[in-house]
Amino acid sequence: MRVKYILNEVLVGLWRNVTMTIAMIITMSVSLTMLGASVLLYMQVDQMKEYYYGNIEVSIFLNDDVTDSQKLAIDQAIDGSPLVISKTYESKEDALKRFQKLWADTPDFVNAVGSNSLPESYRVKLSNPEKYADFAKAVEGKEGIRQIIDQRELLDKVFKVFNSIQVMALVVAGFMAVAALLLVGNTIQVAAYSKRREVAVMKLVGASNWFIQSPFVLEAVVAGLIGSILGFVALFVSKIIVLDNKLQALATILTPIPNGNVWLMLPLLAGVASLFSAVTAWVTLRFYLKV
Amino acid sequence: MILLENVTKTYPKASRPSLDNVSVGIEKGEFVFFIGPSGSGKSTIIKLLLHEVSPTRGKVVVNQKDVTTLRSWKVPHFRRSIGCVFQDFRLLPNRTAYENVAFALEVIGKTKAVARRVVPEVLELVGLGGKEHRYPHELSGGEQQRVAVARAFVNRPLILLADEPTGNLDPDTSIEIMRLLDRINRTGTTVVMVTHDSNIVNQMRRRVIEIESGRIVRDQARGVYG
Repeated sequence: MRVKYILNEVLVGLWRNVTMTIAMIITMSVSLTMLGASVLLYMQVDQMKEYYYGNIEVSIFLNDDVTDSQKLAIDQAIDGSPLVISKTYESKEDALKRFQKLWADTPDFVNAVGSNSLPESYRVKLSNPEKYADFAKAVEGKEGIRQIIDQRELLDKVFKVFNSIQVMALVVAGFMAVAALLLVGNTIQVAAYSKRREVAVMKLVGASNWFIQSPFVLEAVVAGLIGSILGFVALFVSKIIVLDNKLQALATILTPIPNGNVWLMLPLLAGVASLFSAVTAWVTLRFYLKV
Repeated sequence: MILLENVTKTYPKASRPSLDNVSVGIEKGEFVFFIGPSGSGKSTIIKLLLHEVSPTRGKVVVNQKDVTTLRSWKVPHFRRSIGCVFQDFRLLPNRTAYENVAFALEVIGKTKAVARRVVPEVLELVGLGGKEHRYPHELSGGEQQRVAVARAFVNRPLILLADEPTGNLDPDTSIEIMRLLDRINRTGTTVVMVTHDSNIVNQMRRRVIEIESGRIVRDQARGVYG
């Protein structure tokens, strides 16, 4: 009986003020979509770092007129560094072959590059790419080096972009969350006012506090849950549309987002939404429904 | 049953206390009138007994429970042993007589089956047999107050508090309500009634406690309004 009564009160409550309920659900779902997107991005960047950092190399390009003794000195400097896991030497011919393979789709471009225009180089893998600076110190300044390129620097630029997208999404999520929670508070106030007679009688005859409050709190939680489901659907749909179709180019940089991760957002969003709405509703009741 | 010991209640921002060092004991099964002019502090007594307000000083004991030290989460359960009737009836307008009484049972966890058994009984007792399915606006003032009494009594409380229950009723109807309260009192329920209706007090000849400016000025076993 009591469960049925409370559920009925919740539905009536949501319906009584349906425009407000819709506004509440929409703001919540937008906020939660943003939150979900930024969490996904965070997981993604982490995964990408792991993936790319395992593969990145430091390239040491040599001058065209490098002498054998200079090469030997560089070679020794590389071998002398404790950070180096492996080292490959790429001759001008090797570089050209690789270049031709890489750009096989555009033969005109390939033909324009002569066998002499690509520099010879060392490709070095470091045990810890973050310690690039230590390694660079050991090699830098040796004669015959044209340029040292740390791939990590390039990647970091990419990650910085992701990072700022993530921060932006979080900021939007935060603002929308404030709006959503204010709407929750307002809805609860309206609900408490329209049920003030019932509440007065319930207090008088000794209904327990949780029994008086739970329909209001559940009203907010149900709205939060609907919002989180909508937010999740928005997230899933945009993942399919944006990453799997429209922006496949971007998707080649991104390591693929597993659907499992996206599904993980459902319990996360639902949990966050119901917790925050419940707390907001409960706090509002403390002020408007003195028991 | 009810014990007030040196109770003083001063509301915030009030210049003088509503109750000033009041001590009074009420036995089980008694029928007690609190009388006095408006603002004398009689309604504050009802609020203290319901634990709607706490005394500034002193001790309030109801049903062997010290209300002053009652934890707030225990208040709802405590109130189930007290029925309450007001001048303005406080019925739910969108519920019938039956539903108003059943509501009081259902919100404290009684099943619908219990309500179906008990509610017609108590409506019969207050003389509303046959009017169970009328809405408050379809009932006279006296009948509405009977519904309120039925709601207060349906849970068989040990104490019935009545705050000016006849304040909105004409003299004849008032007397009918008093007969009803008297009948409830005869079942062993302690009745505490706040009123300034001298007719009723004079007719009932029950214990009268007169309050003036927050102090008890008279306590008579079979008193009149005076």
